Amino acid sequence: MSAISLARVAGGASRRIFVLLALLLAVLLAAPWIANDYLLTVLIVILYSAFTGQAWNIMMGFAGQLSLGHALYAGLGAYVSAVLFVDFGIGPWIGFLAAVPVAAAAGAIIGFLAFRFGVAGVYFAILTIAFAEFARIGFDHIAAVDASAGLFLPVRQVAHNDLWHLRGDPTMFYYVILAATVAAFILCRLLLESRIGYFWRAIREDEEAARAAGVATFRYKMVAVMISAGLTSFAGVFYAFFYNNLFPEQVFNIGRSIEMILGPVIGGIGTLFGPILGAFVLTGLAESLNAAMAAFGLDMPGAKQVFYGVCLLVVIVALPQGVWPPLARRLGLAKDKP
Amino acid sequence: MTALLSLQRISKRFRGLVAVDGVGFEVRQGEIFAVIGPNGAGKTTLFNMIAGALKPDQGSIIFDGRPIHGLSPDVVCRRGIARTFQLVRPFPALSVEDNVVVGALLRRHGVGEARQRAQALLRRFDLFDRRHRPASALTLPDRKRLEVVRALATEPKLLLLDEVVAGLRPTEVDRLVAVLRELNRDSGLTILMIEHVMRAVMALAARVLVLDHGTAIAEGTPDDVVRDPAVVQSYLGAEAV
Repeated sequence: MSAISLARVAGGASRRIFVLLALLLAVLLAAPWIANDYLLTVLIVILYSAFTGQAWNIMMGFAGQLSLGHALYAGLGAYVSAVLFVDFGIGPWIGFLAAVPVAAAAGAIIGFLAFRFGVAGVYFAILTIAFAEFARIGFDHIAAVDASAGLFLPVRQVAHNDLWHLRGDPTMFYYVILAATVAAFILCRLLLESRIGYFWRAIREDEEAARAAGVATFRYKMVAVMISAGLTSFAGVFYAFFYNNLFPEQVFNIGRSIEMILGPVIGGIGTLFGPILGAFVLTGLAESLNAAMAAFGLDMPGAKQVFYGVCLLVVIVALPQGVWPPLARRLGLAKDKP
Repeated sequence: MTALLSLQRISKRFRGLVAVDGVGFEVRQGEIFAVIGPNGAGKTTLFNMIAGALKPDQGSIIFDGRPIHGLSPDVVCRRGIARTFQLVRPFPALSVEDNVVVGALLRRHGVGEARQRAQALLRRFDLFDRRHRPASALTLPDRKRLEVVRALATEPKLLLLDEVVAGLRPTEVDRLVAVLRELNRDSGLTILMIEHVMRAVMALAARVLVLDHGTAIAEGTPDDVVRDPAVVQSYLGAEAV
């Protein structure tokens, strides 16, 4: 009897989640018809952040490994695809296929060094920063990618959108990043509810206990880093073809890494919706602030960073689990009963 | 009966301190074997060496006919030895059921299948009605049982219990003892336990090893051991007899 009613409650919760998701997706699909160019660009930035947040969340939220150097993987994705395009005329989708193994290999090297030699916690985080910094300084001196002068992708006017070469108007880029975000969401959900997802969460909760329960922790942490890195590299490919210019100082900057983790931290680390919600909350509010300041004729460089800081502070103090978990309970979407 | 686990002259030093000094014993297939001794006798160190958490400095550990000393804990677990921790270590944010699912996934690839197995075990240990709670919300006795259930979910041939009834009330001790005896009788599970609570040792163990200052000072049936003068002297105290 109680099992039946429990099942009904859980079914109700997942049905409500499904309806909510379908609504959100419908709104996002319709957005280009409603939104102006500015709003569309903001939405692209939001979805970009939701995508990278989800990719980062696999490592930290699922497997408990704190990376503060994810700019490395996005940067590698950007440079691999850009170089293939500029020097060899190879399109971004093939470029992405090349970028995934490169980023995953970089993640594997960092993971191997850390996990093999017991570098964990903050020390692991520092190692990830170090590798991103190596890349930043290294790429600044690689002549083949025009070093610090920056790599520029040829911009040509196209009569219609060229999806294969990612040349076109913001609407096309918007749909590409929307599709990527949805795909990442589905991937994360599948991973979290699979065998590997259980092992990741066990490692996150207590690595020694996980190992005692037979979990091959080294292997599953390596898989987490490689999937996370490979997924993040797509964000780099998108970045390269959307902005058409790459500077090591920018793409590998530690600020990029930090921006990636803000969404999940605000939304809720380890949750499926957290990174997406966090991206909307953070970027949405920051852009509203920008617009409001512009309306009042205020021009304060750095206001966005200050605003991010305030947001983080508020969330850490008031909602240490992020915005999503309490919101899910409020909406009756939480599956686990207290 | 053949030996499932055999320790041969195992030693472990921490800097100058000899924690375990040339200890050897055999645990037979299907028996319940207890290691007792005062605090600091080296019981947990011994356990950690069997479970792979520590490497012995000397000696060998043979399990199921193959040496296991020096293997990592996850490999030891896959060979068929599951352990509990003295200070319980459930996965706090995971639900009670998911804690057990992690263990059950060791020998099953489907999550649904592992969940069925987990639920059956949770029923047997009276945790079924609490299965959706986060493990951190359980009381200590429940967390101790959860620790046993998670270990059992890996389908071990040998279960290592590290002071699993310590801190429980006598009625809870008896309940857990009953379930463990049932498991041993019905499925032939071999159990090696470290225990302070003599009530549980006397009720469960077929044979007992007494450790003191890292060396084995007595081995035999519980009744023999508690009458051994050396044991009384070092551990039980005169009033225990």
